Amino acid sequence: MTKQTISSLRTELRDLYDDYCAALDEGRLDDWSGYFTDDALYTVMSRESFVNGLSHATMYCEGLAMIRDRTNAIRETSVFEPRTIRHFVSGVRVLKDDDLIEARANFLLSEALYNSEPQILMVGEYLDVLRREDGVLKIKKRQAVYDNFRIRTALVMPV
Amino acid sequence: MSEAQESMTTERKWPELGPCRVPAWVYTDPELFERELEKFHYGKCWNYVGLECELPKPNMYRRNFVGGRPVLMTRDAEGEIHVVENRCAHRGSPVCWAQQGEVKDLTCPYHQWTFDMAGNLQGIPFMRGAPRPNPGMPKDFDKTKHGLTKLKTHVHEGTVWASYDHDAPDFNDYVGPDIIRFLDRILAGRELRLLGYSRQLIPCNWKLYFENSRDPYHATLLHSFFTTFGIYRADARFNVTPQPGGHEYIQSFLDPSLRETRSDVTAEMKTLKEGFTLEDMSVVTPYDEFEDGIISSLQVFPSLFVQQHGNVLALRHILPKGPQSTELAWTYFGYATDDDEMKTRRLKQGNLVGPAGYVSMEDGEVLAQVQAVVSQNPATQQIVEMGGRDNIGPAQTAITETLIRAFYDFYRREMNL
Repeated sequence: MTKQTISSLRTELRDLYDDYCAALDEGRLDDWSGYFTDDALYTVMSRESFVNGLSHATMYCEGLAMIRDRTNAIRETSVFEPRTIRHFVSGVRVLKDDDLIEARANFLLSEALYNSEPQILMVGEYLDVLRREDGVLKIKKRQAVYDNFRIRTALVMPV
Repeated sequence: MSEAQESMTTERKWPELGPCRVPAWVYTDPELFERELEKFHYGKCWNYVGLECELPKPNMYRRNFVGGRPVLMTRDAEGEIHVVENRCAHRGSPVCWAQQGEVKDLTCPYHQWTFDMAGNLQGIPFMRGAPRPNPGMPKDFDKTKHGLTKLKTHVHEGTVWASYDHDAPDFNDYVGPDIIRFLDRILAGRELRLLGYSRQLIPCNWKLYFENSRDPYHATLLHSFFTTFGIYRADARFNVTPQPGGHEYIQSFLDPSLRETRSDVTAEMKTLKEGFTLEDMSVVTPYDEFEDGIISSLQVFPSLFVQQHGNVLALRHILPKGPQSTELAWTYFGYATDDDEMKTRRLKQGNLVGPAGYVSMEDGEVLAQVQAVVSQNPATQQIVEMGGRDNIGPAQTAITETLIRAFYDFYRREMNL
């Protein structure tokens, strides 16, 4: 792959990740689930599990149905303190540009509860596999591996 | 300690109504917190330390905590498990800094004192002095007396336990026959397979977490997933059973027909979401692998909550980090015999519990809220009367707070409160 194609793919990925994060930060959960393929695997896992090659994930969604179930549960059933979250993505890199695209990026997620200042909830890395469907890039596999040894209180929203 | 704090401590008096009231100062008092650790975590109790399968090979170690103190679970060259304090006998540096590893011996990075996997001191650099004729260590320095602090260690069906007190009772006697029976239901004769870890730090006193996980009453109300999908519901059959020594177990009998059942009982469940469904029902559709239709949980005081929720097998290690801070370390496991389908089932159902669990996430949230309120007024009291003021016996319903009363009945005697 040439420098130019990597660069344009990188730009496309940055746009995708920014839009993905905006959907979460603004609570547009149906838009968020729209970034995944039907057969997507979405996991949020501790680095402790990841480095040991373990498969348990704090959030584990196998298939778009489970991803949508997660969003419906947040909206319909889950009890939690109201909060404002904000995602920051940096270091977007293309590892492989083939039928499937492999990419990585850093994320930082801040959380402000209704009566307090924002705190860093989570810092980590997205390990992604993407696929182009009808010209549109979609996430086929996303492992959000967090560096936190512990999650502060609870993880309510997807990462 | 300031004079004001001290005088408050001496005035601590449990409410007259007994264990059906819990004074809010038990969740904040720093002096009480230190006494609890001394009594329970550094005393005669057995504390959870890990799983044998976390050390698959000889000469491996893994870090953990007993109370606030750092410990190492090790496996020596012969395969035997030891638990030692991760504090160099020399100057107090942790000997192992990585979370886990495979090593030749335990060497402290600070001055390279070396210990074997059982904690015995093996070598001290420049023991005989350098350059000569500098004296080095005194001639009578006895290496056999300066090993790592060893904890009494017990392995029960793949789980590793330790006690600071070498006169601690036999583990089986400590937990009692019923707890052994229900531990063995999921552990005995099984080769455990580690699935992974999730951890959360909840800004609450550890006893609030203890109360929460022995409170089936809240589970039938707060947790919409339980009521809506009929997986843990007030109209099911329950065994809610306090045990001597601060332990307990809860069993609920899974009845698939409950999902569709509506009655005067469900009418009281405001969190039952009519019409709410999942596109992938496997999360709430357990396979009856133990062939008894039971969802089971139990507490081994003071450090572990053992849970078989459908096909999720999880250990919740309860680690007090301060009077108002508790780490909850979740270890998930399955069996070496699990096929891919079973493994996936466990991973999927794992969404119910843990820091982001459809159910357990709500516990972290509510306990953080409760702590923030009760810590502002230690003179206030919690009401624990559901099921009878003085009743600390077993119950066949989820609508009971008997386990919380039984806990504080035990706690008051142990703490002389």
